[in-house]
Amino acid sequence: MSTSNYKEITLNGLWHNNPALVQLLGLCPLLGVSNSVVNALGLGIATIFVMTGSNIAVSLIRKKTNDAIRLPAFVMIIASLTTCVELLMQAYTYELYQILGIFIPLIVTNCAILGRAEAYAAKNPVLPSALDGFMMGCGFALVLFLLGALREIIGKGTLFSGLDLLVGPMAATWEIVVFADYQKFLFAILPPGAFVIMGFIIALKNLIDAHLKTRAAKADVNTAAQAASDTLPNSGV
Amino acid sequence: MSLLNVSSPHSHGPGSTARLMKLVILATVPGAITLCLFFGWGTLINLIWAGLVAITCEALVLKLRNRPVAFYLGDYSALLSAVLLALAIPPLAPWWITLIGVSFAIIIGKQLYGGMGYNPFNPAMLGYVLLLISFPAQMTAWAAPTGIDGVSGVQGFAQAFNSIFPIFGNVLEIDAYTLATPLDVMRENKGLTIDELWASNPIFWGVGGRGWIWVNLAFLAGGLFLLYRRVFTWHTPVAMLGSLTLMSIIFYGGDGSTGNGSTAFHLLSGATMLGAFFIATDPVTSAVSNRGRLIYGAGIGMIIYIIRCWGGYPDGVAFAVLLMNMAAPTIDYYTQPRTYGHKKPKKGLAKQD
Repeated sequence: MSTSNYKEITLNGLWHNNPALVQLLGLCPLLGVSNSVVNALGLGIATIFVMTGSNIAVSLIRKKTNDAIRLPAFVMIIASLTTCVELLMQAYTYELYQILGIFIPLIVTNCAILGRAEAYAAKNPVLPSALDGFMMGCGFALVLFLLGALREIIGKGTLFSGLDLLVGPMAATWEIVVFADYQKFLFAILPPGAFVIMGFIIALKNLIDAHLKTRAAKADVNTAAQAASDTLPNSGV
Repeated sequence: MSLLNVSSPHSHGPGSTARLMKLVILATVPGAITLCLFFGWGTLINLIWAGLVAITCEALVLKLRNRPVAFYLGDYSALLSAVLLALAIPPLAPWWITLIGVSFAIIIGKQLYGGMGYNPFNPAMLGYVLLLISFPAQMTAWAAPTGIDGVSGVQGFAQAFNSIFPIFGNVLEIDAYTLATPLDVMRENKGLTIDELWASNPIFWGVGGRGWIWVNLAFLAGGLFLLYRRVFTWHTPVAMLGSLTLMSIIFYGGDGSTGNGSTAFHLLSGATMLGAFFIATDPVTSAVSNRGRLIYGAGIGMIIYIIRCWGGYPDGVAFAVLLMNMAAPTIDYYTQPRTYGHKKPKKGLAKQD
């Protein structure tokens, strides 16, 4: 495995093939819990853990499972890991566990995880699979974080409120009041707001991609012109 | 002699989009004046402010989308959406309520879907629902209609202007000027019979609410004018009012405290007439065929009654219209008229033995 391949896996997970922005997988938890940063981070970290773990496990058993039973086997692995996460969250972040509620067990049904197990881990060695799972999870978590931050700012006018539920009592003072004396904009906190803001984030990604593409095309044309003028130093003009 | 090869259509009617939109805006005038008479100058200020916001947003997005700005602004559709939304929101709602609602309606409800003619949902009602679920306190604070003893309605222009644009720092005590609407009082009523309710609450007058009856009659007059000018067919409004009437007759609980209000009360309260003639009849978002419009309108009337009597909101015109907007393509699919002389289509799979 060359390093360029690892770089490609990383870029794929975070940007080019981002599970939330490009594959549009796992939208149910993404839109369901992203109404504040702390919820988004909680679910994001849990998803990274499950995704990395499931990719490693699936990759390890990839030569033993036959085609007929591979999907039940994958789901079993994912479900066991999700149960681990659930128990861990019950032990260490009980209040956050209660807020996230059904969305923690629902990680099992996150199609992004099963998708990566099927599309990548079942065909590749352990190390790249682990990196793929981790990076895909990070891509998912980053979008969750961005969506959560935007919805919290627009909806409640604060940022990082209640983060002590996730990282301990020292974070109780991390809350930033972006707009003081803010009239709550409930739409952003309710599910329809998640759809609209998610749409804008996807549009922004496409805009950046289009911009990068035109810049690359321009650079190509420039180098081609440069090359052409280099090969014809004396065209007589 | 040269014969020009002109393709169809050969006869051109005078009904351009801009003309129709202007007619509809004109038909809202009696309703708007009645609203001003009973609820103060706020409605007029909101209308002007909403119109400005709508035109600015429309021009901005058209510019971003590289579309001809003057051509699309000239069809008055943005202005009509703004007018309908401004008529629906409370007259004393602060300026940012109108700003958020109208810009959402125009930018997200209309232009992001592709502009005039491509929007699946009525933009004005999308804006209204956004406001209703986001700012329930401001959106339910209706000004008290004038003519109630002991409650001062909003008197002058300056007072209304100050409550919408509090730039002079003189914010009104909002509680002093607002009252629950008749539909809200009716919904909250648990223990009083209808007669006691009428006697105890001065917001009721005649068969409905003070002021509200006249507002609805004014919108009815405007709607009949549009019907006379054949801006839309009779199917949607008649079906909507008909199903609302039918529902209120079936579920009429008599004079008791659990009665849901009389038929006349439901027909002349809230946004019934505005919804029936100005909102449900939107040609873009309603069903297309006449039979489809009957189903579409009947659905709206039924959902309005369900939300009013058993739902979580006092009035449900906006939700009902949006829900039926969603159903309109399916209704169209099943009510597509056959061309003359053709047999009925076979729907589904034929029976096989």
